[in-house]
Amino acid sequence: MSEYVIETAKGKWEVIVGLEIHCQIISKSKIFSGASTEFGDNPNENVSFVDAGMPGMLPTLNRWCVHQAVKTGLGLNAKINKYSEFSRKNYFYADLPSGYQITQFRYPIVGEGKIRIDLPDGSNKDIGIERMHIEQDAGKSIHDLSPTKSYIDLNRAGVGLMEIVTKPDFRAPEEAGAFLRKLRSILRYLETCDGNMDEGSMRCDVNVSVRPYGSNELRTRCEMKNVNSVKFVMQAIENEAKRHVEVYENGGDIIQETRQFDPTTGQTKVMRKKEFAHDYRYFPEPDLPPLVLDDAYIESIKQEMVELPDAKKTRFINELGLTAYDASVICENKEVADFFEKASAGHDAKKVANWLIGDFFAMLNKRKLSIKESPVSAENLGNLVELISKSVISGKIAKDVFEIMSETGDSPEKIVEEKGLRQVTDVSAIEAIVDKIIAENPDNVAAYKKGKTNLAGWFVGQTMKMSQGKANPAMVNELVKQKLDK
Amino acid sequence: MAIDNQTVKKVAFLSRLRVEDEKIESAKDEFNKILQWIDELNELNTDNVEPLISVNEQTLRLREDEITAGNNKDEILQNAPMEEFDYFAVPKVVE
Repeated sequence: MSEYVIETAKGKWEVIVGLEIHCQIISKSKIFSGASTEFGDNPNENVSFVDAGMPGMLPTLNRWCVHQAVKTGLGLNAKINKYSEFSRKNYFYADLPSGYQITQFRYPIVGEGKIRIDLPDGSNKDIGIERMHIEQDAGKSIHDLSPTKSYIDLNRAGVGLMEIVTKPDFRAPEEAGAFLRKLRSILRYLETCDGNMDEGSMRCDVNVSVRPYGSNELRTRCEMKNVNSVKFVMQAIENEAKRHVEVYENGGDIIQETRQFDPTTGQTKVMRKKEFAHDYRYFPEPDLPPLVLDDAYIESIKQEMVELPDAKKTRFINELGLTAYDASVICENKEVADFFEKASAGHDAKKVANWLIGDFFAMLNKRKLSIKESPVSAENLGNLVELISKSVISGKIAKDVFEIMSETGDSPEKIVEEKGLRQVTDVSAIEAIVDKIIAENPDNVAAYKKGKTNLAGWFVGQTMKMSQGKANPAMVNELVKQKLDK
Repeated sequence: MAIDNQTVKKVAFLSRLRVEDEKIESAKDEFNKILQWIDELNELNTDNVEPLISVNEQTLRLREDEITAGNNKDEILQNAPMEEFDYFAVPKVVE
């Protein structure tokens, strides 16, 4: 990709970014307690005494959360650590009843890995994963219901999280955006996290620093917490990097601090300076012995891995002949990819892809439907393409048929039969129409013969119109030319 | 390593413990006594020895992913110093 450089009158600067992403684990119950993880229930409905930090309550690790973490680690092409430990991260905040978060510190469950990102110009880049650990989520604070009080809902307290830490490998806002989209896509394929940033089930902390272009130094970074959309992450990087450049160029220094991104202004403002920075005093969690996994366990999870977006994309390109662009659009979302595979089975896959990305997506957008709610089934979309391939209907008539399909959900065959839309491929029938139009328009025929050859298109149009669009366009073209040139 | 009064105050703040000014001096002495004892342990060479996490050698027990708790909002909120609209209510927290 072309380089992202901040250029000012005084010099050129390069941007260095690393991300930390918190992903809520999909599980029925919480990571250390038997309370439900359901989102959106009434306040404090799904809270166990463990989650409420009651004295004497002991955490017990949820087997499924471990499974989900290992599966995610494999999806990140990462090393699974057979030995990992839990630690306490100590801090006081009203939504953390026990005064500490159970997390992993020195020995995380997942080690180094990498994700390949797809950039807008079609190029790729590998982004390193530093580690991934599992931990518990905190409760939710609500600050805007009262001028003097904050309200705490502990339903989220204790929900399992996977925290993914990248290496500082990003050099442009677009790269971070592409990473988040790819990560979300992988997590959704794996069904380990639903990846909804607007509901907070995937949350992103962004670390930004800048350095003079071409240098190798690492300067002080600032962290922006909980930026909650891909677009905002990109905006936060762009604006924070500009702020650093301005400070340096005016002779100032960047202080390590936690900043907050304000989506309404696009700017960042200071949350917490380093001198007030938390001192988490991590120590090993005495209530949980180390987590030890064996090879057989890891191997069994490998066996249930699904085909991930990159592998699927490669297969669609190599085996089905899709373009790289079409393949990546289709593979980003697993439901779309599944729909496409069903629709293209036995049919011309490239044509099915065109219809899917074109008319089909436009129809869903217009009707504000998800692919699951589509009135047009995958089979029917495939059959529609088949009717065009077999010249039963023209591409133009197919658009009308598709319109009816999306109204009624009927099969294309049924619509074509009922409405009598079958393409006319009988030469004598088309010939009769062409002859009639030529006979009725001697002026245009004369003009054509004098050299206005683009009038041929007009004759074709008239013929198509008279056949109500049902004449085979290729045959009409040929016949018109033949007859006019005679 | 010796602890000074400043460190005592910092640790007290991080732990949200109130230590009256006249108690700081004695707290400092207690800290330092403990650290002196730790220093004795430091005389042993522990290079290449991993820290002992637990003397309990048993492996981690796991639970199945089943809902076995919750739906007891009233019991949970019974322990709240202040409760409003089924939330724990606390003095306003602003970062």
